[in-house]
Amino acid sequence: MKHDRILLAHGGGGSLTHELIERVFAPAFGMETLEDSAVREFGGQKLAFTTDSYVVKPYFFPGGDIGKLAVCGTVNDLAVQGAQPLWLSLGMILEEGLPLADLEKIVASIKTTAAEVGVTVVTGDTKVVERGKCEGLYINTAGIGRVVADVGSARVLPGDAVVVSGLLGEHGVAVMSRREGIAFQTGVVSDCAPLWQVVKTVLDSGAEVHAMRDPTRGGLATTVCDVARASRVGIRLQETALPVSPAVQGACDLLGLDPLSIANEGKVVVFCRGADAERVVQAMRSVPIGRGAVVIGEVIEKPEGLALLRTAIGGERVIDMPTGEDLPRIC
Amino acid sequence: MMVVVQRIGELAQRVGRDVNLMEVCGTHTMAAFRSGLRQLLPSTVHLISGPGCPVCVTDTNYIDAAIALCRRPDVIVATFGDLMRVPGSESSLENERAAGAEVRVVYSPTDAVALARENPAKKIVFLGVGFETTAPTVAASIVLASKAGLQNFFVLAAHKTMPHAMEALLHDQQVKIDGFICPGHVTVITGAAMYRFICEKYRIPCVVGGFEPFDMLKATEMLLAQIADGRADVEVEYSRSVSDRGNVAAQKLMAEVFEECDAGWRGIGNIPRSGLTIRMKYAAFDAVPALGVRFEPARPHPGCRCGDVLRGVITPLECKLFGKACTPTDPFGPCMVSSEGTCAAYFKYGKRQAAV
Amino acid sequence: MCLAVPAKIVELQGTAATISVEGALREVDVSLIEEPRLGDFVLVHAGFAIHKWDQSEVDEWETIRRGLEVAGSGGGG
Repeated sequence: MKHDRILLAHGGGGSLTHELIERVFAPAFGMETLEDSAVREFGGQKLAFTTDSYVVKPYFFPGGDIGKLAVCGTVNDLAVQGAQPLWLSLGMILEEGLPLADLEKIVASIKTTAAEVGVTVVTGDTKVVERGKCEGLYINTAGIGRVVADVGSARVLPGDAVVVSGLLGEHGVAVMSRREGIAFQTGVVSDCAPLWQVVKTVLDSGAEVHAMRDPTRGGLATTVCDVARASRVGIRLQETALPVSPAVQGACDLLGLDPLSIANEGKVVVFCRGADAERVVQAMRSVPIGRGAVVIGEVIEKPEGLALLRTAIGGERVIDMPTGEDLPRIC
Repeated sequence: MMVVVQRIGELAQRVGRDVNLMEVCGTHTMAAFRSGLRQLLPSTVHLISGPGCPVCVTDTNYIDAAIALCRRPDVIVATFGDLMRVPGSESSLENERAAGAEVRVVYSPTDAVALARENPAKKIVFLGVGFETTAPTVAASIVLASKAGLQNFFVLAAHKTMPHAMEALLHDQQVKIDGFICPGHVTVITGAAMYRFICEKYRIPCVVGGFEPFDMLKATEMLLAQIADGRADVEVEYSRSVSDRGNVAAQKLMAEVFEECDAGWRGIGNIPRSGLTIRMKYAAFDAVPALGVRFEPARPHPGCRCGDVLRGVITPLECKLFGKACTPTDPFGPCMVSSEGTCAAYFKYGKRQAAV
Repeated sequence: MCLAVPAKIVELQGTAATISVEGALREVDVSLIEEPRLGDFVLVHAGFAIHKWDQSEVDEWETIRRGLEVAGSGGGG
């Protein structure tokens, strides 16, 4: 069935999002649109440039709010491109009727998070739309950073190790429980956090890092599929090594979801030279948000472009990209 | 685990020929694929997937009827997530929602009853699909709505039942089955005694299996042991959840609200007495008479071989549309769209075979 | 065809129970099982408890989850 309208799943970060990019955006602007940030040279300096929009609902969620997310999401896209975040723009679309107290709280959150990262909000814009035309508020941030390391999704090599900085699936589960119609409660809190500090520690450790990604919408599954394709390698993850808390696994079991496809907002996946895996793990663990870092897999030569999972019972399956909408199932 | 795998190997050698073991539960299909189970089985033991996915066997005309309902301005359609992406003849519930229709995903039929309470000016139609595991929950919701005196809650029922479908598969000339892994949670409700007639009439062994990888391996071992010994009995691997009698309260509730009827299974056709329809007593909650629902005759898509896949006649890899015209993002038939569908499972987890 | 997940009853009032799957909480209907009690493990499907496990059955599940064989398993039906 050909889609002639935008579906919710097109925003999910998974295969439908990719299809949309390939069908509409890439023909107009090029395929680099799939990387977390664009890197350009300017005046002898490499700069990274990225943008992200934030429409999370509800805008206050366990572990954060849309303001914190708006800073973290964008500085993290810079960080994983090996760029120190410098400046942010802040575009806000506000719904008529939004309580000013909420807006002030969110702006305070933006200020705090930006200070934590050492990034400055240098420019912004505000628009207001009629009641009902957006849900409270939508935010867009664009960020510029100074590239300190040459990394990229196409640079991964067979023999590389795959290291993740901590527990998977927390943000997605935390936000999902607050959505209407899903009706479950959980103590899981969003992992929303800035990654520059942990990335810098990894880069400073002397480890040879080839690529870094933050597995946001579409989860770790989307990340490894993207990297496998971009670098034309295979990636094999070990199911028994994946760090998933019982609380997240429980929520997934209840709704019939896969932790691999659930969004993270404070985790980085590093693809490094195999021999440097332990060094990367130690570097991550020396930083609070990286204390759960583990090696979760390796990069292999074949099958090219595919991500695989070695299962707990010793079987193997392909990790595919989720289509885009996490729907609770009975079957 | 490895001990069981070893014993499976030994038994397969004793059996000395290729055997087809069919699981008739979409959750089993998924569990097998997620764990990569097939790679641990000897090459002579074929685990084939039968029509155990309620979404897959739901005819296109049911989706079309649901779509027609959701297009009515006074109707909210409530559904399990599983149905959202299933293609009807021209559209899907997901597409209809994008075009502005009121379609809500719920986790439980009781959520749909709550919707009815909260929206007195609207008619809430719950899409009742699923086998004997789900039917009692829908029956309970109808009783709940009845006791609450709700006049705006309806169910569009398309529930199906297992035993006659399994029997129909055995009559099918193209399908060769040497043993059944019976659906664990259906049997929690119905009780294992339900399968005895298959063993007695057709001399096919039946093992009721759970859903952990170990459960499925153990069930496979038990089937092979029966085949090697020339036995045909009902055995229960999933003993922690399954009894001979089943859940009597659930059975009573099903009988109170539903009665047997013939049902059309997508790709297979009509199977007598394999469906459940709402009794006259609860006709006020049956969307068909209450809302004047009409089912157009089911029209299968040309080229779509979901039926053959569902009966285990071919694997998805043998369907010309698989992976080309028919993919999870652009599905032709339910086998691909349902996360439990055989084709979706093959596409997601079995690509390896195609790639190598 | 049936995702049913083992869950623990952490609150109980008549036929309405709150169950926990490792901390994920949800209200379910327990009218389909006999004598539900606080602390019981039940199988939950579509918002209903469809079966209750006693302690030996919970232990069996724990063993099988770890991929180990349960002593004396493989009974008849």
